[in-house]
Amino acid sequence: MKTNNEVGIAGYGAYVPLYRIRDEEIARVWGRERSRVPIIEKSVPGMDEDSLTMAVEAGLNALRRAEIEANRIGVVFVGSESPPYAVKPSATVIAEALGIGPKIVAVDMEFACRAGTTAMQSVIGMVSSGMIEAGMAIGTDTAQGRPSDELEYTAAAGAAAFILIRKSKKTLAFFEGSYSYVTDTPDFWRREGERFPHHAFRFTGKPAYFRHIYEASKGLMEELGLKPSDFDHVVFHQPNVKFPLEMAKMLGFDKEQIELGLLSGEIGNTYAAASLIGFANVLDHAKPGERILVASFGSGAGSDAFSVVVQDAIEERRELAPKVRDYVMRKINVDYSIYSRFRENIKMR
Amino acid sequence: MEKVYVVGGGATKIDEHWDLSLRDLMVQASERAINDAGIEKRDIEAIYVGNMSSGPLQGQEHLGSLISTWLGIPGVSAYKVEAACASGGVALHSAFTSVASGLYDCVLVVGVEKMSDAITSDLTSALIMADDQEYVAFTGASFVGLNALVYRAYMERYHVKQEDIALFAVHDHKYGVNNPYAQFRKEIKLETILSSPLVADPIRLFECAPVGDGAAALILCNEKKVRTLKHGSLIELAGSAVATDALSINYREDILTLKATRVAFERALKMAGIERKDVDLIEVHDAFTILGVIHLEDLGYARKGEGWRLVKEGEIEIDGKIPTNTMGGLKARGHPVGATGIYQVLEVLMQLRGEAGKNQVNEAEIGLAQNVGGLGGTVTVNLLRKVR
Repeated sequence: MKTNNEVGIAGYGAYVPLYRIRDEEIARVWGRERSRVPIIEKSVPGMDEDSLTMAVEAGLNALRRAEIEANRIGVVFVGSESPPYAVKPSATVIAEALGIGPKIVAVDMEFACRAGTTAMQSVIGMVSSGMIEAGMAIGTDTAQGRPSDELEYTAAAGAAAFILIRKSKKTLAFFEGSYSYVTDTPDFWRREGERFPHHAFRFTGKPAYFRHIYEASKGLMEELGLKPSDFDHVVFHQPNVKFPLEMAKMLGFDKEQIELGLLSGEIGNTYAAASLIGFANVLDHAKPGERILVASFGSGAGSDAFSVVVQDAIEERRELAPKVRDYVMRKINVDYSIYSRFRENIKMR
Repeated sequence: MEKVYVVGGGATKIDEHWDLSLRDLMVQASERAINDAGIEKRDIEAIYVGNMSSGPLQGQEHLGSLISTWLGIPGVSAYKVEAACASGGVALHSAFTSVASGLYDCVLVVGVEKMSDAITSDLTSALIMADDQEYVAFTGASFVGLNALVYRAYMERYHVKQEDIALFAVHDHKYGVNNPYAQFRKEIKLETILSSPLVADPIRLFECAPVGDGAAALILCNEKKVRTLKHGSLIELAGSAVATDALSINYREDILTLKATRVAFERALKMAGIERKDVDLIEVHDAFTILGVIHLEDLGYARKGEGWRLVKEGEIEIDGKIPTNTMGGLKARGHPVGATGIYQVLEVLMQLRGEAGKNQVNEAEIGLAQNVGGLGGTVTVNLLRKVR
């Protein structure tokens, strides 16, 4: 999907909580072979953090880089599957905390791990059409994984925020186009009132993750007349390390193209933030003129793919806020007991 | 008793068929068998469906009417036959008896199982229904757990090392490579098997038959019907036997012998009027590597405690003393439970017709398939002989 008017990124920001738990520590508790775990370690939100507070942190970083006043932002879309409230929006709290509004459009979006990129796609449309001058899209999650379930080894926490405006010399990068692919594929779900999600084991692979990202990425490249070698970097949704690497191989990308945007081995699967934090890390390092493919995946299921070209302004402005790597390196490892306390997995009564 | 011939066969590749339902699989395999036989659908007088778990896994029973409907031949006699993992072999036996008795001229037998959609715990619960629910299953035992007991006892009694038993999986994968229906068409090394995750000590993941979806079908005819067909080769289902044993291993004199294998094999040989030495190739039900070894012994090709030697010494290769699992066995071809017995016979059919490609056993004239339900509560032996 191409826009009538080109849209660019004014600012971006990421946030990853301070705490980590190593997968071998989780494996120790549940009697699993310690060498057979999907990632090294995952991020753990602190006791005073949730998807909302993390979104604010990421939003502040985006505002720092964008160098625009918060009151110029006309829309805040927040994609998450772990809002603190089932009924009561996060977007309004985040907007007020960031000094955005109140004469704005603000809403929460849900599409499993895809919600963040769908928020971005929606903002692209509103900016391009001229409905608003600037808009913020956020992906944020404190993902849930049932204790001992496969998901517990990867379900992590993090957020990323992007401020979009019309493309100009001042934008850090611009969108060449996007492409979405959605089907009714029940690979992962959490019903009303349930604390932890269910997943359909191997069904989450080939018919879900791989099919949707493949179709969205392929569709985007066909529409824009691009091939894998035209991209300098590629970022996929990252529920683990294995899947995105396999995906890259299937689409014809090599390891060097995916390396920079692949962080799940160190911070886990940050769900709605996963592909966006990977994207932010690429922006932290990319050179002007480089082209990036970003493709999310959300269970249920769907994928959004974007082609983005980096602009000159990135060199200076990316220094205005903490980078993704700063957050990845800043960490305190906790054991399973502290992790259980932080995640409120210990039943008090 | 009339002579019974296997005049056609067809199957789907065994895979995780996310986009094919139970009925799709059955219909695809059946239509391939019908085309292969060169008959018309209306020639079929009865259908026997081998399936174990469509009830618990798909919420679907009444498979006879289901397939007659979707094949487009309602009115035909059709029903499901169930005997756990031996459902396919037992369905074939039922089809055999119906033609041998003179009741029907031409029948279809199809084995089907769709397992990928099920979550692991549901699948484990469905499979343990093959054992005694009141005395065994309720304890929480799983099938891999029961086989682990057998495996451990075998190693201790006969002083055999795991690496010698696990070789059975290496063997299967070597031959699965050339089987178009096989779930896994690649070779694996012994080290890979021995370092794969432990499922139930001492059984490693790569010693277990995989979970998969598939259907296989055969067309059986009598002499009268065969005369109307123009086939170059002609294969007779010369012996078909079913034997049962005590349902659970705790009732058996010896947990390392599947008595029903011996009984079914003897019956099939007698029916065919041949001896063990006449058999050119065998397909055995190696749901776990240890079972492959035990089957070689119970079928009389090795002394107790020495089945593994046949594997190690190359005697079960296609040019060995008794070519075994020549198309990949349960480990590499796959094990869609109720369909397995039919896949095995289809593979023997391919061998006797000379259609086994790189896995062809030279001058193969007689082959058998041993299909096991539970841990030997039921065993079927179906024996094929090349007529021309």
